Amino acid sequence: MVERPRGGRTLFDKIWDTHVVTVSESGESLLYVDRHFVHDGTSQAFERLDIEGRTVRSPNRTIGTADHYAPTKGGMDGFNDPVRKNMVIKLARDTARFGISNFGLGDPQQGIVHVIGPELGLTLPGFVVVCGDSHTSTHGALGAFAFGVGATEVAHVLATQTLWQKRPKTMRISIDGVLKQGIAAKDLILFVIATIGADGAVDHVVEYAGSAVEALSIEERLTVCNMSIEAGARAGLVAPDEKTFAYVAGRRHTPKGALWEQALSYWRTLRTDDDARFDREVRINAAEVAPTVTWGTSPEDAVPVSARVPDPANDADRDRRERRMRALEYMGLAAGTPMTQIAIDRVFIGSCTNSRIEDLREAAAILKGRRVVVPAMVVPGSGSVKAAAEAEGLDRVFISAGAEWRDPGCSMCVAMNGVDVVSPGERCASTSNRNFAGRQGRGARTHLMSPAMAAAAAVMGRITDSRELLNR
Amino acid sequence: MKPVDMISGKAAPYPGSNVDTDEIVPARYLYRDRRDGFGDTLFRDLRFDENGNERASFVLNQSRYRDPAVLVAGSNFGCGSSREHAVWALLDCGIAAVIAPSFGDIFRNNALQNGLLPIVLPEVAVAELLRAVTDSDVPNVAIDLEAQSVFGPEGSKYIFDIDPQVKKNLLAGRSPIDKTLALQAEIDRFERGYREAFPWSA
Repeated sequence: MVERPRGGRTLFDKIWDTHVVTVSESGESLLYVDRHFVHDGTSQAFERLDIEGRTVRSPNRTIGTADHYAPTKGGMDGFNDPVRKNMVIKLARDTARFGISNFGLGDPQQGIVHVIGPELGLTLPGFVVVCGDSHTSTHGALGAFAFGVGATEVAHVLATQTLWQKRPKTMRISIDGVLKQGIAAKDLILFVIATIGADGAVDHVVEYAGSAVEALSIEERLTVCNMSIEAGARAGLVAPDEKTFAYVAGRRHTPKGALWEQALSYWRTLRTDDDARFDREVRINAAEVAPTVTWGTSPEDAVPVSARVPDPANDADRDRRERRMRALEYMGLAAGTPMTQIAIDRVFIGSCTNSRIEDLREAAAILKGRRVVVPAMVVPGSGSVKAAAEAEGLDRVFISAGAEWRDPGCSMCVAMNGVDVVSPGERCASTSNRNFAGRQGRGARTHLMSPAMAAAAAVMGRITDSRELLNR
Repeated sequence: MKPVDMISGKAAPYPGSNVDTDEIVPARYLYRDRRDGFGDTLFRDLRFDENGNERASFVLNQSRYRDPAVLVAGSNFGCGSSREHAVWALLDCGIAAVIAPSFGDIFRNNALQNGLLPIVLPEVAVAELLRAVTDSDVPNVAIDLEAQSVFGPEGSKYIFDIDPQVKKNLLAGRSPIDKTLALQAEIDRFERGYREAFPWSA
């Protein structure tokens, strides 16, 4: 058991402490869960409930949405495979029989679980949020403790509305200074992961703090917290502030009237005390962050766009050297190649990392009046994002540029709907979160980057510093 | 979940840090029911070629390491996606324990939920074990959970740490859901107080 810090408490400590139902002899805490999201990849958890003859304790705290298997065109007719279609049907059936609200295909609010949670006010500051998906860390941007679990723990939450947890260690990543013009939240988080490593935050909950984090919009914070898991963190969070309250206010499930006032006065206490101690502190200078792109098969393999593909042969760490040599081979790249000379075969703009309205505006600013030279796909994170983008005319910008404008879903980030898949050997500039071997399809080669950078790659057919196009 | 006690058999070396769960089970197999099994999907794209034929060079296809009971792996094993299928695929192939310097957080939790033993040993010990498993005539390893001990191929012995509650659950093969449901009255009581303090929460 990690000892409780003496004196002041961190934001994380405050959320944790209010949710402990009981503590076991060995120090594991039974945590109460405010919000549980289920999606169309959750079928095995319901299967388990059935086998064990259990029921759902709190359907009103549980929300479903179809995203992993959702086709991004054609709705229910968009499947090329009955097995995948069945996953979306199973979710609808499982949620219905237990009385859980579900945003199924065709529902105007349907979308990626980590986009719709904050968007609908289902995720609120101070909450414990759980979902059977590792990118649940996204919701931490609103000041919630949010983390991903596997199918058995999903079944546990469904049955008990609680979860056994060992208290994680705490880590603060302080990012001070000012991000340079044209630098995105995606660049920032890729820079952080490259700095601390893909296992840099294992066993820790990360609080992002500092003036550069305070300056981020809520959507930018969602992007940063989303990729906490790529540094191995249990969760990532940002203290709620006036921006958070303004973001949350008036959303569909946000408290109203007297309840809002009561919630607000509580939320204002959700900040790390000045004398609180973290198990680990990391400092980042925002001014050092450049447009950042990955070259390898781990999110830590990230470099400035102006750099060259690194030469792992010079790496003193044998394990990392061998992993990176394999990564170069898989990616079909030669060490020393300038990143901007890497030609791209296709572009994906979307995913729980970068599919919100600000992301789409960022991509549209580059694509406006230009043409893509490789196949490019823009997939909004939710039905609401799609509607908002169309109201602003962003869809017309994408379509005029020759990109495809699709329906919401996880799409090519995880290549699970059977259609939105990168072909073997194809190189994809992607705004998603993982460049793992085979992630976007068998043999697919992924370069992670921001929406503006992905749009610039689509226009130039190679990896490009998007600032060059913005200034033109 | 079956109780875990003694594990013994072949150990296969799987070096390299940051082995992710996409590598352990590609996403295109995740739709299956648990009872349909995931053994054939383990390390699918490394273990088999596009036509489903075994790649002779892949470690688990070499007769020396075929059907191992234990995997000796690099740091941050099982990072990435929360898919529990990664654990199921290992178990369905007969792998009962993975020894590594560290594990992906969610993978480790999933492993414990299913009776797959994730053993953390210091980097030096894992490097030694990797070498021993690779060099010795018979790459066998034994694990005694009760004694928290790993016995390497060359008579080496390593003691590992494990949370006492987690150990008890593994030895008993007990489902945490039953344990939690036994606390139902306490959860009800907590919930009433919680709703009063945070009435906007549901």
